Amino acid sequence: MKIVVASGKGGTGKSTVTANLGYSLSLIRDVAVVDCDVEEPNLHLFFPSASTDLPVTVTVPEIDSGRCTFCGECGKFCRYGALSVLKDTVLVFPELCHSCGGCTFVCPQGAIREIRRPIGFVRCSRPLPALNLISGFLREGEVQAPQVIHMAKLLAEGHPLILYDSSPGIACPVIETMEGSDVCILVTESTPFGLHDLRLAAEVAERLSLPSGVVINRSDGKDEMITEFCREHGLPVLMTIPFDREIAAVQNAGGLISRDLPGWSERFTDLFGKVSELAGVKV
Amino acid sequence: MKVCVTARASGTEAPAEERFGRAPYFVFVDTETGESQSVANGFADAAGGVGPRAVQLVADNGAEVLITGQMGGNAAKALQTSGIKGYTYRKGGSVADALEQYAAGTLQPLL
Repeated sequence: MKIVVASGKGGTGKSTVTANLGYSLSLIRDVAVVDCDVEEPNLHLFFPSASTDLPVTVTVPEIDSGRCTFCGECGKFCRYGALSVLKDTVLVFPELCHSCGGCTFVCPQGAIREIRRPIGFVRCSRPLPALNLISGFLREGEVQAPQVIHMAKLLAEGHPLILYDSSPGIACPVIETMEGSDVCILVTESTPFGLHDLRLAAEVAERLSLPSGVVINRSDGKDEMITEFCREHGLPVLMTIPFDREIAAVQNAGGLISRDLPGWSERFTDLFGKVSELAGVKV
Repeated sequence: MKVCVTARASGTEAPAEERFGRAPYFVFVDTETGESQSVANGFADAAGGVGPRAVQLVADNGAEVLITGQMGGNAAKALQTSGIKGYTYRKGGSVADALEQYAAGTLQPLL
């Protein structure tokens, strides 16, 4: 089963939920946790361990200046502005390239070939006997997050149970993360912003036909706004984590409430049961 | 010689636009004949990579001089390669005023 943890709004507690769910599950079975928030991966902070890095590369065009006639076809074709044909020069902006390869097809001279360019890496570790952690890292200044996410997900492929920690928002990286998953946990907070972005994220999950449930984090006990929305949209509230000083203290110290506070690993195991039910999987 | 001024609308009476790649219009003026031609910028609302493409548009229309407010790194690199001379105009006046200032030699080079 593949479970994606998403939120819409940033800072609601996706990583908290993923890390604690991953830890709790690792006590009873094998689990692979994939950090797909490649612009700001942080799960490795909860699980320090020796690791191996694998580079992620993308293809970018290289111009054979001997063959190029500066006809401009590649520049006209590229909708991302990665190729500019000016007088007797073709300028390539590799960081604008989306690696579609179209320029190599439209070039009438066959003057473009694709070369590989590193944009990030995937870090693999086994911090606990039953927990595999796979984290995607996109290099600063790069934009092709989906490629790094794709590679991170690929490296987890084959594990019977995978948790994906998504980036916030609802843009390409989130869709890349959600795609192919079986079920979605939407983490939110009881604020107008939390609700607004939950609405957006829930819509994305629905469009991708992902059954979804909600975890309310930092709850002050007055969650009517969120529970009302969930009721209207048929989203079960799977878990509520209170706004609590003790929990905050564990979090701030880089700890895991499922490991450091009594009762929480059971609650996260219970969350897993509900999520499995939602996905229609028997555990 | 053809001069290009970034503008918020078409024609030489339109207000000059300080942004380069996302300027709604590029107004091309022939300094010998005084004739002008306005080209709508199809990249104005694009997600990214507008700078180099806008330079290409300016070059394809035969401009030798570009007058705009400011531009980003990619556009600057493309402009440098294109051989088009860039000048800064940030007084908030019309395209015609920018051209006058250029003719008077009071504009600072862009790069």
